Amino acid sequence: MALLSVRDLRTYFVADEGTTRAVDGATFDLYAGKTLGIVGETGCGKSVTARSILRIVERPGRIVSGEILLQRDGGYIDLAKLDPDGREIRRVRGGEIGLVFQEPMTSFSPVHTVGDQVIEAIQLHRRLDKARARARAIELFRMVGISRPEGRLDEYSWQLSGGLRQRAMIAMALAAEPRLLIADEPTTALDVTTQAQILELLRDLQRKTHMAIMLITHDLGVIAEMADDVVVMYLGRVVEHGPVDQIFHAPKHPYTQALLRSIPGIQHEARVKLPTISGSIPHPFARPAGCPFHPRCALVMACAAAPDGVCCDHHEPELITVEEGHSVSCHLYRKKGAAVPLALESAR
Amino acid sequence: MSTIVTPPPTAVPPQPPAAPLRERLTGQILLDVKDLKKYFVIHRGFLRRTTGYVRAVDDVSFQIQEGETLALVGETGCGKTTTSRCILRAIDPTSGQILFRTESGKTVDVATISKRELRPLRRQMQMIFQDPYSSLNPRMTVLDIIGEPLLVNGVKSRRERIDRVEELMRLVRLRPEYMRRFPHAFSGGQRQRIGIARALALHPKLVVADEPVSALDVSVQAQTLNLLLELQNTLGLTYLFVAHNLGVVKHISDRVAVMYVGQIAELAEREALFRSPKHPYTAALLASVPKPDPRLRGQRKPLPGEVANPAAPPTGCYFHPRCAFAVERCKVERPAWEQISPGHWVRCHRARELTLPGIETSSTVAPAAN
Ligand SMILES: Nc1ncnc2c1ncn2[C@@H]1O[C@H](COP(=O)(O)OP(=O)(O)OP(=O)(O)O)[C@@H](O)[C@H]1O
Ligand SMILES: Nc1ncnc2c1ncn2[C@@H]1O[C@H](COP(=O)(O)OP(=O)(O)OP(=O)(O)O)[C@@H](O)[C@H]1O
Ligand code: SF4
Ligand SMILES: [Mg+2]
Ligand SMILES: [Mg+2]
Repeated sequence: MALLSVRDLRTYFVADEGTTRAVDGATFDLYAGKTLGIVGETGCGKSVTARSILRIVERPGRIVSGEILLQRDGGYIDLAKLDPDGREIRRVRGGEIGLVFQEPMTSFSPVHTVGDQVIEAIQLHRRLDKARARARAIELFRMVGISRPEGRLDEYSWQLSGGLRQRAMIAMALAAEPRLLIADEPTTALDVTTQAQILELLRDLQRKTHMAIMLITHDLGVIAEMADDVVVMYLGRVVEHGPVDQIFHAPKHPYTQALLRSIPGIQHEARVKLPTISGSIPHPFARPAGCPFHPRCALVMACAAAPDGVCCDHHEPELITVEEGHSVSCHLYRKKGAAVPLALESAR
Repeated sequence: MSTIVTPPPTAVPPQPPAAPLRERLTGQILLDVKDLKKYFVIHRGFLRRTTGYVRAVDDVSFQIQEGETLALVGETGCGKTTTSRCILRAIDPTSGQILFRTESGKTVDVATISKRELRPLRRQMQMIFQDPYSSLNPRMTVLDIIGEPLLVNGVKSRRERIDRVEELMRLVRLRPEYMRRFPHAFSGGQRQRIGIARALALHPKLVVADEPVSALDVSVQAQTLNLLLELQNTLGLTYLFVAHNLGVVKHISDRVAVMYVGQIAELAEREALFRSPKHPYTAALLASVPKPDPRLRGQRKPLPGEVANPAAPPTGCYFHPRCAFAVERCKVERPAWEQISPGHWVRCHRARELTLPGIETSSTVAPAAN
């Protein structure tokens, strides 16, 4: 049973200049003890997906449809239906779901010590007096591998190195023993050696607490290292979703394939031309019709050439299951003779 | 499950190899950096008394041949940018020599040359910056941005500048029609190309690129790396390429210098450095890189501890508190910068005796997606 199910989530930013469909029909599940990696290039909607789950999307952004089902007491509550300022969501935010941001500098206030802030987070979700909460904070700091935790509690975030700050941020996110940790680019600002330490820490914590992790990054190396399952996003849509080994060794979507080819790896031949994806990511207001990737796709099928009249530039592909647990949103994988859904037909 | 219409082809067409190293190189040393130091003074209190020094660059030596790419890698704060800025004389070094071979074949010491003599040299050394967003003036058109160095260097005719900017824009694959637009109308990758065109406007010999692709997405990064390689081959450019991403470094460089706390720990030809590193820090760095292949998972052991503070570096070898191979000598004696085999330089007491794991690199290993 999934811990969290996101179903056809759509989050739009509506402004006078145009509408950004930041998340445009995302569906995926998160399971206890497992890590789901979310990858995609800048602006594809990774952070807005995370913010939607926690209901902290900034105005003029709004969830326009979809469900975010959090398992609780054998049933589900739909986070998408909650009042974003209400008591219920505050119990979830920082309680059942912890959050780690990319830039820990902005997550801590510079005028209070990190200890005070972690203690406050603990007291928000658990009834502990100051002394007990402090003891718990020390325990958390030790757990995330901060040496001299008693001393560090009394320091300010700007006195800590990047790696220590990120650890303190993780300690704060763990304050209420969340069942799900959302980590949005937790290591992007860090050096590789520090990154390796933090990723090891997350894996270790997951082993101990069995929490689910939603790991957002555009670094495919980090995904290969950490994820059990992977969601690949492009222009607000999930274009491919599957087990990590499948995504890296048998990717289905032309975008996933192209993305993997364009990484300059330390194991590959040097100084040869890297395969690239033609064109660039479209402006969010000028989103292509049909498959959002079609203007850049090397395998695009035009109407005249398409066997059953379904073409990439007119019809938006649905997520098609190609194997157990592996789905892809691309017309190349349409089953023979499958009817074009009515809604898509009318869009023609 | 059931039938699938067309599994798309996944094979990549074979890529033409870049010009081999020997053809690109003239054998001339373009830049010879000797014992470079840059200490920043730390002031404290009302009287601004000197209370210490940040040893940002602490005894760095290397050479770059004409036509090659030397990569400078290392973790944040290790002194990569400070080294580059000294070479371009954007800041004055504390000591050391920076010998640059000018177009006329003369060798000058950039570290000590007077400001007046430096002027004509600036043209021959140019910089590409990391951040394509903040390094371009938002109120200037692309024409003015790329044309500015031309104007400053005496190309007074507007017509001539337009022609030259057009040519430069084509060179970096930007549409010349867009020359009257402002930077905000371009994507990150396009802005980086504007920066590259500007750097190339005056036919420099040496291009110092400080993290030129770090802020870009992988697909845009690939386009930019291809462009930089191509420009090097066609224009005979020499690159000092600063980066922290080892995949990028492996891809673009001929030789690699690994920095740690203001010093170069190891310097070698690309393949030698990746395949058989000699410094424990290089080996640890290589082992820390997440490989884009889940089947290689769990092979890495994080390096413990944190980067040393350049204002109070450890005694002996700066790396000894984190080094798995440290012996008593490492704590007390500073290792010398030694050449242990032709072209392979290391700063480690145990470099000759240790066998360290590198990366299996092979020209036949294709990207994971194939
Ligand atoms: N506050 C906002 N107002 C208007 N548009 C927004 C806002 N926040 C995000 N967007 C838009 O929503 C889209 C998705 O943004 P999002 O931040 O989720 O991308 P991302 O995948 O996290 O990218 P990155 O890798 O750069 O963090 C983008 O087109 C972005 O411009
Ligand atoms: N103007 C300055 N005054 C004092 N200290 C400085 C100054 N510039 C740099 N430093 C210090 O010198 C050291 C080297 O900095 P530098 O910017 O060269 O590192 P870097 O390798 O480029 O790092 P990054 O990868 O973060 O860009 C750092 O400890 C930095 O704090
Ligand atoms: S000199 Fe000693 S401490 Fe330094 S890297 Fe070599 S073995 Fe390690
Ligand atoms: Mg984001
Ligand atoms: Mg720098």
